[in-house]
Amino acid sequence: MSEAHAHSVAYVRDTMLPQAAPPPGETGPLRWMRENLFSSIPNAALTLLSIYFIYTILAAILPWMLGGIWDAGSLTECRAIRDERGLETAACWAVINERWLQLLFGFYPIDSPLLARLFYADELAAAGGMEAVFGAGSNATARIEFVAQMRADLGNLVVFFFGYWRPLLALALLVVAVAPVLYSSLPRKMLVFSLAYPFVAVFLLWGGTIWGPMLVALGILLSLGVLRVVAGETNALLGMLAGILVALMIFLNPLAFTDLGLFPLLPHVKAMLDSALPLGLPAIDSADFGGFMLAIIIGTSGIVLSLPLGILLALGRQSSMPLIKWVCVSFIEVIRGVPLIVWLFTASLLLNYFLPPGTDFDLLLRVIIMVTLFASAYIAEVVRGGLAALPKGQYEAADSLGLDYWKSMRLIVLPQALKISIPGIVNTFIGLFKDTTLVVFIGLRDPLGLVNAIRATGEWNGIYWELYVFVGLMFFIFCFFMSRYSMYLERKLATDRR
Amino acid sequence: MAEAHTNPVESRKIDRSQMTVSDEIAIEITNMNKWYGTFHVLRDINLTVNRGERIVICGPSGSGKSTLIRCINALEEHQKGQITVDGTLLSSDLKNIDRIRSEVGMVFQHFNLFPHLTILENCTLAPIWVRKVPKREAEETAMYFLEKVKIPEQANKYPGQLSGGQQQRVAIARSLCMRPRIMLFDEPTSALDPEMIKEVLDTMIALAEEGMTMLCVTHEMGFARQVANRVIFMDQGQIVEQNEPEPFFTNPQNDRTKLFLSQILGH
Repeated sequence: MSEAHAHSVAYVRDTMLPQAAPPPGETGPLRWMRENLFSSIPNAALTLLSIYFIYTILAAILPWMLGGIWDAGSLTECRAIRDERGLETAACWAVINERWLQLLFGFYPIDSPLLARLFYADELAAAGGMEAVFGAGSNATARIEFVAQMRADLGNLVVFFFGYWRPLLALALLVVAVAPVLYSSLPRKMLVFSLAYPFVAVFLLWGGTIWGPMLVALGILLSLGVLRVVAGETNALLGMLAGILVALMIFLNPLAFTDLGLFPLLPHVKAMLDSALPLGLPAIDSADFGGFMLAIIIGTSGIVLSLPLGILLALGRQSSMPLIKWVCVSFIEVIRGVPLIVWLFTASLLLNYFLPPGTDFDLLLRVIIMVTLFASAYIAEVVRGGLAALPKGQYEAADSLGLDYWKSMRLIVLPQALKISIPGIVNTFIGLFKDTTLVVFIGLRDPLGLVNAIRATGEWNGIYWELYVFVGLMFFIFCFFMSRYSMYLERKLATDRR
Repeated sequence: MAEAHTNPVESRKIDRSQMTVSDEIAIEITNMNKWYGTFHVLRDINLTVNRGERIVICGPSGSGKSTLIRCINALEEHQKGQITVDGTLLSSDLKNIDRIRSEVGMVFQHFNLFPHLTILENCTLAPIWVRKVPKREAEETAMYFLEKVKIPEQANKYPGQLSGGQQQRVAIARSLCMRPRIMLFDEPTSALDPEMIKEVLDTMIALAEEGMTMLCVTHEMGFARQVANRVIFMDQGQIVEQNEPEPFFTNPQNDRTKLFLSQILGH
């Protein structure tokens, strides 16, 4: 320390300064604007240019959107109203107003008997009562007329809440089932319902006898139970074999060549229970599914199924066993190297050639399987990136503590690798959800397919912006939620940073 | 620099009452060889470690010290010769490997704590999942060892919130929670700032005082002098010299050892 400094070191403060307000113009929006918008001449010029740009776009869109016409029966009426009001442009939202149910559910049938009983009792009585209108021997033409009249009289909202209660309930339960998976603060016991949900959803959406989904669930439980018991008594391999054998006896026929007629067990038990206690909902064919319901069904199933499959593929690709590694690598490369639309055509057309004759394999199910496989190849690569980003020391520390392969993967490696991969995984999921629109090309009525159907009608021929804006908005809402959720998850799991 | 590190160790009185070497053999390595590809990293290693021994392994970098102790818990595979740990022959049988690993604790140069788990969870994970200890009991054990390494108050923090020295002490506690009979240390202080080395060495000394069988790869010669009962010098994948610390440091026989010691101590 220099001499000069040594003299000035001694100093004692006797009064503390009170906190003072900053000088005017140094806080608040003015300061923010000066710092962020007009800090220099080029910056100010860019700001003004951007404001002008945004203004031009909004000036073009807003009058069209906000001045839209909501009440009209057809595009011609819409145009007449627009001219009458003297508007230059106006969106014809009337098409959404009239057809939003169709965009949401496609041609999924409404529960007409329920609607009639709840809201249309007098007219139902006038038409001859429940049995006469909806009974087995009723006149189809008269029934269709009755239902059409009822829909027109009741209005879209009532039909939405009560006519489509099955898909709506399935959606509400989906939220309940997904919530504990997404948010760990919810009670863990709710996960039991998450596991049961697929069967509940299948029953609600497709209907038919309740025994079908229940027996499938029981069959899976039974196979897993046998697997556990046998694996506990002997070893893992025998347990696996026993489990698979039981599953085969229940779901397929392991002795196909013998033609005993005893296996698979499931249809026999189902028929027995169904005749003893017929419980169920009216069955609905996959071909009637459509709209956003279809997109959500394919999207959610794809997302839920592709994540575990993708993780297994990623682990397989890193495996030290050459055969497993080779199978996983070829699967990933082949699936990823071919466009999804080709796989969808394969699902809809080619698959029938490879399946045994007489196999009736639901098209929707085939599409879900293809979308799942496609997404899982991408997920596998994203997860592989996460696995590779993990320091080798983490594997070694897990090994040195005596954790076996699956435990170290489950407890140490995957939680960290998946956390790293969240942005990539959600990216893949968003892509998958939007790609469900591709099923329009194989004849499924997804939202875009319905837009085409609506535009093909006499009333709405020639309209397109409004419908596509609506469809785009719906997709945006779902994708935006996924994106926000992934950011929430990243923040929540960021424990390794200070 | 090495001298500077030794000061804290020497300043402490070491309780030798429980530092007894028994006749029981803890680790026996016979004619062990290892290659990385065609590179012969370990050549004809013969080493017998009795229970209660505290062995320090030193040598220039690339001499195979780390590889040697990593072979003992099968983090590295040896190609020739035999390693027997606690009477279990190390083979490619996964069950044997897992059994040996759960008996042998290991502390790494870069700590390798699990960043997504709290300190307490880091310590209870292996006892719960490998030893099937009930959670509450595992947590009690973990707190016991965290107190032993003097950081019980950090139990609910994440590794990223701790200093390097604290992380390394947690790593030691995590290994101890498995109640290992042998501890391997792979350069436990090499990644630490000088002022943090003391706290880790203190922890290791405390462990030695309780009679733990320890194999330490380290350059802390003060620690070796005070705590070890045997110092092994390795060079080019071979054990060149081994002796008790006093004669090892004052009267090294091999030229390589002399050169190494003069480089590490002579400044």
